Amino acid sequence: MSDALLKVRDLKIGATVYPPGEKPHDIEIVHGVSFDLEKGKVLGLIGESGAGKSTIGLASMAYGRGGVKITGGEVWVNGRDILKTGLSDIRSLRGGEVTYVSQSAAASFNPAKKIMDQVTEASIRHGKFSKKEAEARAVELFGKLGLPDPENIGSRYPHQVSGGQLQRCMTALALCPEPDLVVFDEPTTALDVTTQIDVLMAIKEAIRDTGVAALYITHDLAVVAQVSDDILVLKMGDMVEYGNVDQIINAPQEEYTKALVSVRSIDHEEKVPTPEPVLKVEHITARYKGTNFDVLHDVNVELHPGQTLAVVGESGSGKSTLARVITGLLPPRSGNIHFAGRDLSAALDGRSREDLRELQMIYQMADVAMNPRQTVGTIIGRPLEFYFGLRGEEKRKRIKELLDEIEMGDGFIDRYPAELSGGQKQRVCIARALAAKPKMIICDEVTSALDPLVADGILKLLLDLQKIEDVAYLFITHDLATVRAIADSIAVMYQGKVVRYGGKTDVLSPPFDDYTDLLLSSVPEMKLGWLEEVIANRKMESAGN
Amino acid sequence: MNPALKLVAQRLALGILLLFLVSILIFVGTIILPGDVAQSILGQSATPEALANLREELGLNEPALQRYLNWLGGLLQGDLGTALTNGQDIAASLGGRLKNTLFLAFWAAIVSVPLAIFLGLLAVRYRERWPDKLISAVTLASISIPEFLIGYVLMYFIGVKLGWAPTVATIHDGMSLGQKLNTIALPVSVLTLVVLAHMMRMTRAAILNVMQSAYIETAELKGLSMFLIIWKHAFPNSIAPIVNVVMLNLAYLVVGVVVIEVVFTYPGMGQYLVDHVSKRDIPVVQACGLIFAAVYIGLNMVADIVSILANPRLRHPK
Amino acid sequence: MKTIPLAALIGLFFTGLYFLVAIFAPWIAPYGMAEIVGGVWEPSSAEHWLGTDNIGRDLLSRMIYGGRTTIWIATMATILSFVTGSILGFAAAVIGGWVDQVMSRFVDLIMSIPSLIFALVVLSVMPVTVPVLIIVMGFLDSTRVYRLARAVAVDINVMDYVEAAKLRGEGRRWIIFREILPNALSPLVAEMGLRFIFMVLFVSTLSFLGLGVQPPEADWGGIVKENKDGIVYGIGAALYPAVAIATLAISVNLVADWVLNRTTSLKGGRG
Repeated sequence: MSDALLKVRDLKIGATVYPPGEKPHDIEIVHGVSFDLEKGKVLGLIGESGAGKSTIGLASMAYGRGGVKITGGEVWVNGRDILKTGLSDIRSLRGGEVTYVSQSAAASFNPAKKIMDQVTEASIRHGKFSKKEAEARAVELFGKLGLPDPENIGSRYPHQVSGGQLQRCMTALALCPEPDLVVFDEPTTALDVTTQIDVLMAIKEAIRDTGVAALYITHDLAVVAQVSDDILVLKMGDMVEYGNVDQIINAPQEEYTKALVSVRSIDHEEKVPTPEPVLKVEHITARYKGTNFDVLHDVNVELHPGQTLAVVGESGSGKSTLARVITGLLPPRSGNIHFAGRDLSAALDGRSREDLRELQMIYQMADVAMNPRQTVGTIIGRPLEFYFGLRGEEKRKRIKELLDEIEMGDGFIDRYPAELSGGQKQRVCIARALAAKPKMIICDEVTSALDPLVADGILKLLLDLQKIEDVAYLFITHDLATVRAIADSIAVMYQGKVVRYGGKTDVLSPPFDDYTDLLLSSVPEMKLGWLEEVIANRKMESAGN
Repeated sequence: MNPALKLVAQRLALGILLLFLVSILIFVGTIILPGDVAQSILGQSATPEALANLREELGLNEPALQRYLNWLGGLLQGDLGTALTNGQDIAASLGGRLKNTLFLAFWAAIVSVPLAIFLGLLAVRYRERWPDKLISAVTLASISIPEFLIGYVLMYFIGVKLGWAPTVATIHDGMSLGQKLNTIALPVSVLTLVVLAHMMRMTRAAILNVMQSAYIETAELKGLSMFLIIWKHAFPNSIAPIVNVVMLNLAYLVVGVVVIEVVFTYPGMGQYLVDHVSKRDIPVVQACGLIFAAVYIGLNMVADIVSILANPRLRHPK
Repeated sequence: MKTIPLAALIGLFFTGLYFLVAIFAPWIAPYGMAEIVGGVWEPSSAEHWLGTDNIGRDLLSRMIYGGRTTIWIATMATILSFVTGSILGFAAAVIGGWVDQVMSRFVDLIMSIPSLIFALVVLSVMPVTVPVLIIVMGFLDSTRVYRLARAVAVDINVMDYVEAAKLRGEGRRWIIFREILPNALSPLVAEMGLRFIFMVLFVSTLSFLGLGVQPPEADWGGIVKENKDGIVYGIGAALYPAVAIATLAISVNLVADWVLNRTTSLKGGRG
């Protein structure tokens, strides 16, 4: 134990908060965390937002972001307590012994300097390498991390390379000075799933090849299971469970860990299509004003009453555009939309109040989907008033019923959105959509901004409500786990086209087209060795071709 | 063509277009208003002959478009017309005054720009501590009092009570530079105070904005010293916003000069303009208005061009 | 309603005080506005708390009447600038298209000339009366309000809750008055405070230059002009308006700050 590279004992971290209208005061956000990390090992720190995982990661570099202060405990790196050592020692630690990879490489690179200068800067400043050696090492790392044209990519500016590439450059930046420990802070969270797997593999191989130790911070247990030796589960600044990866994934002890492991394991039986679809989208082609390319090409999908069609794809696939076309916000260049047995006008202006009522929408960011100046009662009550002319006691009664349906009490009726948690906000948005008694609701990435357990709750609620209200969902998402959990039929979109469409079982069973295969195989699974399997399969396939 | 150069060219063209439109606006501003211009110049007691003469002199009998084109044509050849009140050539009377105004503005800028940037940095360095709070309190106070009152307050306490500097800033060509500087000490201090507040506040905001970027955190986590972080990472990204701040405040300074010249009876363009506004000498007002507007537009244009040139995304396109 | 911070209370108190004095000036002022009651530049005494001015009028009374004129003109000009600026700004944001383009480019043009210079050019041919001053100042300043109102409304107009209202089928009236306006109000009210201060400074400057309120009417800028010659003799009569303007401006600033902070706190909260 004593030869551990990083030894954290009873670490306590505080922060100053500035609640509106009150005096600023200090709170504790990490309450006594202890762990060890040996040379060449990887420890995963996992938890939902507010768990304190990034804060702990930065504490291993004796760094506090914003008003964050380390208030107690010990952090030993290479045999000394870095909380008690001097500033010059900390400077040689940062960027020398311990380096950092942030979530957003795009923001973390200085826009005014070339990539190479930034990657090699720490090595040169700390006297580890000469400029020439450092650049040679950087090129080697660029190659190892699978970056195109490793010789020359360093002479570019950060805005000249893609997000996935920049994330790999950031990894090169962290590995360049041959550190003993790298802190990875959600390095793949901002990436598309097919890019994530490449970056993840690059990171994993780089860790293995250089023998560096790593703290890997993420909210995604399936991801951390692929790269870690040990896992520490955190919740609201407390340690929940700490053990090796096998034990945490396959035999979790604590309830919270069990919940995290079994997240997205909702079982949903596929329903058979009815003879009469509620929504029929035919040959839709659309483009945005002022652009000269189509974002959607000849899209055809159907949605049946009381069922869920999941539209899945990565950023830029056109899935959200499809939602805008169906709602009438973006009239298509060609194609028709049939809804509830009638033709829908392409433009919003041409639709009747009945059309609008029967087709509701729920947004990704519940925060901005509700007027901050209206109470929950007003937000849910407005459709009742607008579509059904409900007033006074009658309206209030119905609002209470709806609040019950979304499993929130009527105590929320006079609250403002700012007083609600993320999950509660999304529930209120669901109630607002249901208030219109719609035949169909478009759900645009409704769980993407939420923590996994909260997202699970929302999905379960949506499924329950579908049974009660017999409403159809057009569910737009990038997350295949969500699709598995709730879809009856699936449309896979890629570059504005539907590349695969059908019942859930059919779409998710082989033989696959290339893109669906890539997409499906890129979704991290909650099992050990998944990453190696996928990579091995891909290598075999490409060798076979 | 490099997109940055293209944008700069566009911005220059826009500046020229703007100047042209402003000349129309200034011209229209002095003719379109209700009432007879000649009448309002000479007053109610004017004789019909005098009015007719003035109309003739102003060319009021010609159509407005013709008068504008004549005026514009003159401008392009450097002919600003003649003053109504004394019949002198405006360009000749303006020359020396413009020089004086620029002299005053130049020294105010020389003092205020480095001081503002230094104090702005100081405010960032000691953020939320007493130097920062003191600086923002002084800022708040100085933007709450009009320029001319700051002028009189300084004149009263420093000029009269302490006797440190002359209260009247009448300079002439026979003076040595030292004498001139001594004479304009008070107006320069007032102008400095006036723009300092804004400039400091904006500099502080610009630097804070850069210092809170994620790439500064990256630099800190590389173990770089504070000096290196500021010099290598913050500074290259701060140039554009700071130059912007400086230019905007110099534009503001040009306006402040007008009032301050009146307070200290300084023989510059501002005093000339104000004098002739009261005398309703329209050709002079038009000429001075256009020159002030041109300087203002020019400085704003420089600010925009610096921002374009400093943007790495535009300088190094994909 | 949360408790009001001390700074805002002080601001509210002084702002209120100034407005009350302005409204009830004739009952509060000890002497008439243009009444000559003593010698030239008498020092302060029991009869004349602030002394007398350049022709022997009671300076306190001049200050009170002057405040009335200054505050009246500034208030009216602020209202004018706000009504035109915000209506046009909202309209540009909600209507969009060429209407927005034409109005915004015109505002850019007006703003490319410094307000004071533009005001001087216009006043060189206009009769200088109080209504003309209010119109010129209000119109010139409405460009700034237009920009802010348009920017705020454009920001709100792209929010999902506005889109949700459009998808619900709400009319333009509901969207402007129920969705956009309540969220735009606080920044606009805070800006109103700043515009008001600017108007006070603006009208004082014009009067000081002799192009604002005309004598014998009193206003703060005019009082400086009348008494400025005393400065070189060490008579500080011209400096009283500085104190008055500064305290008024700082009080209004404190109130505006508070209004703005209250807004941000509503948007914050947890989650």
